Parts: sequence; C-alpha cells; structure tokens
Amino acid sequence: MTVALCIYALMCRVDIFQSFVEGVKDGITTVKLIAPTMIALLIAVGTLKASGVFDRLAEMVRPAAEAVGFPAELVPMGLLRPVSGSGATALLTGIYENNGPDSFVGRCASVIAGSTETTFYAVTMYYGAAGIKKIRHTLISALLADFTAIVMSVVTVGWLMG
Amino acid sequence: MSYLFAGMIAASFFFSLCTGSLGMMGTLLMDSAGEAIELLLSISGMLCMWSGFMRVAQDCGLIEKLSRLAAPILRRLYPDVDSDSKAFHYISMNLSANLLGLGNAATPMGLNAMKELKSHHIGEKASDSMVTFVLMNTASIQLIPTTVAALRKNYGSREPFDILVCVWLTSITALAVGLFSSKLFGRWSQRTR
Repeated sequence: MTVALCIYALMCRVDIFQSFVEGVKDGITTVKLIAPTMIALLIAVGTLKASGVFDRLAEMVRPAAEAVGFPAELVPMGLLRPVSGSGATALLTGIYENNGPDSFVGRCASVIAGSTETTFYAVTMYYGAAGIKKIRHTLISALLADFTAIVMSVVTVGWLMG
Repeated sequence: MSYLFAGMIAASFFFSLCTGSLGMMGTLLMDSAGEAIELLLSISGMLCMWSGFMRVAQDCGLIEKLSRLAAPILRRLYPDVDSDSKAFHYISMNLSANLLGLGNAATPMGLNAMKELKSHHIGEKASDSMVTFVLMNTASIQLIPTTVAALRKNYGSREPFDILVCVWLTSITALAVGLFSSKLFGRWSQRTR
C-alpha cells in the first residue's frame, strides 16, 4: 500500500520526501502532546495488573457467567480487553492453544478481539491530544459498547456457526 | 481523568494490602513506569512513520477523495461539525483508515481530528462530537480483522476468516449501543445542569 502511495504521489508530481518529513514533524508534535497522559495511564494500568485485581475479579464474575451459559474461559479476556491490548492478546493465544482456534470458545474470543479496542488507551490518547480533562460520559458508553461486544460475540457465534 | 487515575492506583494499593504483597508494590510501580516509556517509544516510531505517509497522501489529494465518500453518514453523526472544515476531513480520514484496518495510520489522523475539534471549542470539557469521535475509535470498526485472522492461522485454524460476519455484526451492535447510550447520557446531563 505504501509503495502504491509513493508511486501515485510521484505521478501527481508531489515532492514526497518533503511531504514525508513535514508529516513526521507533525508526528513528533503529537507524541509530545500525548506522552504525559499516556505514561500516567500506562503506570496505573501496570500496577493494577500486577496487583492481581483482574484475577480476583475474574474469579468473582465466573459463577455469574456460568449461570447464564457464558463460557467461563472468556471472562478474563473480557475483563482485560479494554485495559491492556497485549494482555488480551496473550489470553487469546492461550485460548487458541488450549481449545483450538476453530472451537466455540476460540471463535468467540476471536470475535471479541476483532470487534473491540483497548478502550482506556484510546480514550487517554485522544483526549490527551486535545487537552481535555473532563471526559463526561465517554468511558461509561465505551465500556457499555465493549460489554455489548462480549455478549454479542457469544450470541452471533452461537447463532451463525453453532 | 483524575478520578480514574486515583481510583486505579488506590484499587491496586488496597488489593495488595489485602493479599499482603504490599512490599512488592514499590518495585512493580518502577517496573511499570519503565514499561510505559518502552511502549510509548515503540508507538512513537509508528506514529511518526504513518504521519509521514499520510502527509504524502494528503498532498496528492487522495485523502480528499476518500473523505468525500464518507461524508453523508458522518454529517449525521457530527451535526455541529461543518462538513467543509478540517476537523470533518480528519474524521472521515480516520474512519476510512479504520475501516481498511490501518489502525496505525488511523491514529495520527484521529489525533489531528481531536486537535481540530478542540480548536473550535472552549474549556476543558469534552464536546458531544468529541465523545462521539472517541467512541467510534474505541469500538473497532474494521472490514477485515487481519491481526486476529493471522493469529488464528498461526494456531492452525482451517478457515481463519470464517468469523467475519460475526465480527461485523458484533462491532456494529457494540458501536450502536455505545453511540446510543452516549446520546442518552448527553441528554440526561444537559437536563440536570
């Protein structure tokens, strides 16, 4: 894709190198803008993960999930997904290893991974760039969307591929 | 934002206190600070590279063409953003890149969109458009989930893309719930004010 872009730009007689360098300059400004908020959040998430809160939460939610027929293997992933992208990917590959990527649980986990983002990370980054401190109802709505995605993954996989 | 930060730190502190692993907290804090910088550096490289390519695309007019395609839908979602403004352009560029699965390319454009939205807005409070925009970026809307498919293939899936329809349905429902709830919350907060 990047090659096609460069060829197209050359055809339009754009000074690619100059443009690219200008863009990188913008990029560096953006990095400077988001760095402080990002570091703060990453530290908070890191300590939260290290303290084991997520493991305990997963244990607490598990019985309720099982009661409504929700696969227990997905609980830790659902909890970690909005907070840590790499953590959720680690859990995803763990599910692939244990249950196989074509199993029911494997498919649900894939759908969750494909239809959600690392919510906290995106929220901090975008508001950090704009210098917004009061984010109003953004987080609640975003987490509601994530929760919907987790429920819907089981519903759609069960319905279309069951 | 402050409440969120304080809440997360406090929660981990109390939890460590309960499990008796408080001694480890200090070292863990240091570790995560180091990791934070590492992650930031790695995304900075990506960000700069894609900002560069996007600037090239912008200078040869490609972005203009793409954003004109998305305009009709976006005008409804962002009623208070002028469809000729820079912010609107960045929003539609961000959307197109997200749809194509170019998450790394979408980020710099999204950040520009936020900066533009902010420049038309006074105060530290997020505007409705900003909330909508962030929500569209926290719900992943991509036509082809390449990363997941690659992972599935790695682990021996016979058809890595057989989840495609499920992913579409799930993302659309999730996004709809997010946007709808945000409308409700927005209206509610206006009434209480």
